[in-house]
Amino acid sequence: MSSPPPLLSVRNLRVYYGTPGHPVRAVDGVSLDIGESEVLGLVGESGCGKSTLGRGILGLLPEGARANGEVLYGGRNLIDLPPKTLRRMRGPELGLIFQEPMTRLNPLMRISDQFRETLEQHERKLTSREIRRRSLDTLGRMGIPPTRFNQYPHEFSGGMRQRIMIALALVLRPKLLVADEPTTSLDVIVEGQILALLSDLKRNFGTALMLVTHNLGIVAESCDRVAVMYAGQIVEEGPARDVFAEPSHPYTRELLRSTISLDTTELHSIPGAPPNLIDPPSGCRFHPRCPDVMAVCPAKVPIETRPEPGRRVLCWLHGPESAIPPGGTQPLEREAIAVAEEA
Amino acid sequence: MTDDTRVLSSRSELRTGISSEEPLVSVRGLKTYYSIRGNFLDRLIGREGAAVRAVDDVSLELRKGEVLGLVGESGSGKTTLGRTLLGLVPATAGSVVFEGRELTGLRERDLRRLRRRIQVVFQDPHASLNPAMTIAQAVGHPLEIHGVAGSREQLRAQVASALERVGLAPAEQFMDKYPSDLSGGQKQRAVIARAIILSPVLLVADEPVSMLDMSVRAKILELMLALKNELDLTYLYITHDLATAKFFCDRIAIMYLGRIVEIGPSEEIYENPRHPYTQALLKAIPEPDPRRSVPRDLPRGEVPDASRPPLGCSFHPRCPRAFEVCGWESRDLRELLERRWAHLEEERYEAEQAALGSLDPLDTPQTRVRLPVGDPGRAMQVLETARDADPADPFWRGVKRLEPANGALEIEWHEPLSPRLLPAGVVEVECHLYDEEALRRAEQLRAPREPVASGSGGAT
Repeated sequence: MSSPPPLLSVRNLRVYYGTPGHPVRAVDGVSLDIGESEVLGLVGESGCGKSTLGRGILGLLPEGARANGEVLYGGRNLIDLPPKTLRRMRGPELGLIFQEPMTRLNPLMRISDQFRETLEQHERKLTSREIRRRSLDTLGRMGIPPTRFNQYPHEFSGGMRQRIMIALALVLRPKLLVADEPTTSLDVIVEGQILALLSDLKRNFGTALMLVTHNLGIVAESCDRVAVMYAGQIVEEGPARDVFAEPSHPYTRELLRSTISLDTTELHSIPGAPPNLIDPPSGCRFHPRCPDVMAVCPAKVPIETRPEPGRRVLCWLHGPESAIPPGGTQPLEREAIAVAEEA
Repeated sequence: MTDDTRVLSSRSELRTGISSEEPLVSVRGLKTYYSIRGNFLDRLIGREGAAVRAVDDVSLELRKGEVLGLVGESGSGKTTLGRTLLGLVPATAGSVVFEGRELTGLRERDLRRLRRRIQVVFQDPHASLNPAMTIAQAVGHPLEIHGVAGSREQLRAQVASALERVGLAPAEQFMDKYPSDLSGGQKQRAVIARAIILSPVLLVADEPVSMLDMSVRAKILELMLALKNELDLTYLYITHDLATAKFFCDRIAIMYLGRIVEIGPSEEIYENPRHPYTQALLKAIPEPDPRRSVPRDLPRGEVPDASRPPLGCSFHPRCPRAFEVCGWESRDLRELLERRWAHLEEERYEAEQAALGSLDPLDTPQTRVRLPVGDPGRAMQVLETARDADPADPFWRGVKRLEPANGALEIEWHEPLSPRLLPAGVVEVECHLYDEEALRRAEQLRAPREPVASGSGGAT
């Protein structure tokens, strides 16, 4: 199978947050590809590092964070680029949509002025006529009527503000859009409307999308591929449909089972809590909570395997057998976890 | 241990202990309005500002031992309804009877005594606990407030037993910690311990698991179900999340813009949703099912401003099944045009907008409007083009008359009927689709030969 080169490649990316003495390894050796016009879901629980990964790709890490590894885009490693160059690329090449639209739109500026400012910043040659046309066209495709072009952010509902935010990112025609929990603060029907817009980005704008979310349902419905994160690492990746139909990693499986959906008839939960990332568990980071834990799991860091083409998993259940020491597949008694420890 | 995940509980085992006697809480015609202050002059001359009808004529009953889910989107009034029951917000009208006693209009002193019987758990466990109080102080605080703490040792023993009941065991390990030392799930457990320490009969839980991670939600819901059975509790579960409500609740009330639009046993609401709004909510929930993709046929728009609700049925502007009598009015025309213009090329939009002139006359809710235009023929054309572009839009069913007049466009809509909560099978639903009278009325309006006598469309 030959596939076109990816739009963006992450190779062995690590992001540390400095705390006195001990770094928090929020992203710990992540590799990931995003293809042209692809919708990739990055899913995990809070604290797994998914937002940090999303921002790390765009070079938007908070102060005190350090990144190393490679984020390859257009033949360059974004990690090494000077901030000024990166800033010029953010917008026309790589866009970002945040969770809270109200905190990202300038409350004192009309929508029209926010678009003008954005376009002037990155495309100096545009005339004001062209600026208006491009802005109205993008807003219209997000369902914002031209009659409201000169209004202020507070005059719009939550869903409309998020539509404006998306339009503001798309007006620069980025190749990749990172959306960090873009619908979390919205009501369920509006969430559905926004997700439909995001799923159509590739068709309407040719934009690739990385959707960062904790909601497995959103990923199942709107993403082509999914990467599951746990404790700073990607533990499983593959086509969304396949992964949800037949998860390879026990964490993916348990996360799916503990999700309360309309089909839920029994409550399931994963014992224990996600580990702290200052001193994560030895071997496989999920081993203290894993129902399938084996002797090898706490002893050796798992090796990534490809159970089928296009899928990968970080779990000793899938081998490689040559790397498992004798007796390593013996089931291990899971350490008893008190209720109080977990939640 | 070969058993992979813990099967916490299955719902059927837990659905027990609902009594059929007199309701624990009986709400009748409850209205809670928030007034919006007018401007300075209005206040000076004593003119009333507008009001947000957060809860607008709600009636329901809560039987002892049941879990009633109050489900709605933000702005539906579900939280205000919960707060009104707790006496945290004064009711504007109507009655709330709890254990045979009227709650509305009670003085704060009497209310406080009642709060031993009614407790509350809020959404955000981080905000619910005072960061300067230890867990023992926080959980024991209600005992002190109500003067039932007893000696120091007794207080501590009661706190320890409450903590162990909610799974924070051994309690000694948690009592002297501060909220910041606990995880989100642990904090919510502490909040629940504080809520049950006075042995209440009714617990109002306002989005108790919404801020928690997926893997923790199940554990907190499980805890709440266990406590309900052990302590004989009744729950009012307020949430936007139909999935947890389905598992958790015996009965469901769906709220939209201050009103209950559908109420009935959970199974029936989920298996056979009747109100188009309930149907839309269920369709919109993202399900982790690999066979599904994002639904494309969701209702348009968002929950409207509660201070200026739509005429007729509040859901009609978004409803795919709305018809003649659902409440079509001037503001719906503006929305229709704006929806159209969002997708038009700039030149066409500008031409159409110029032909219609200012749409501001449409902003006052009314069923008859005169829109002054320069060229009535041209303006008429614009509306006809819009109609031809999407003749199936329910809006056009509501239009009774559309004609050019002297220097204006005259538009009239069918007289709206206000929907009523009527029985439909084992549920009650507030929708004209289930109201014989409304259906009959619409049928008459559709009949081509019916003479249109002015003023004949009054609500019946």
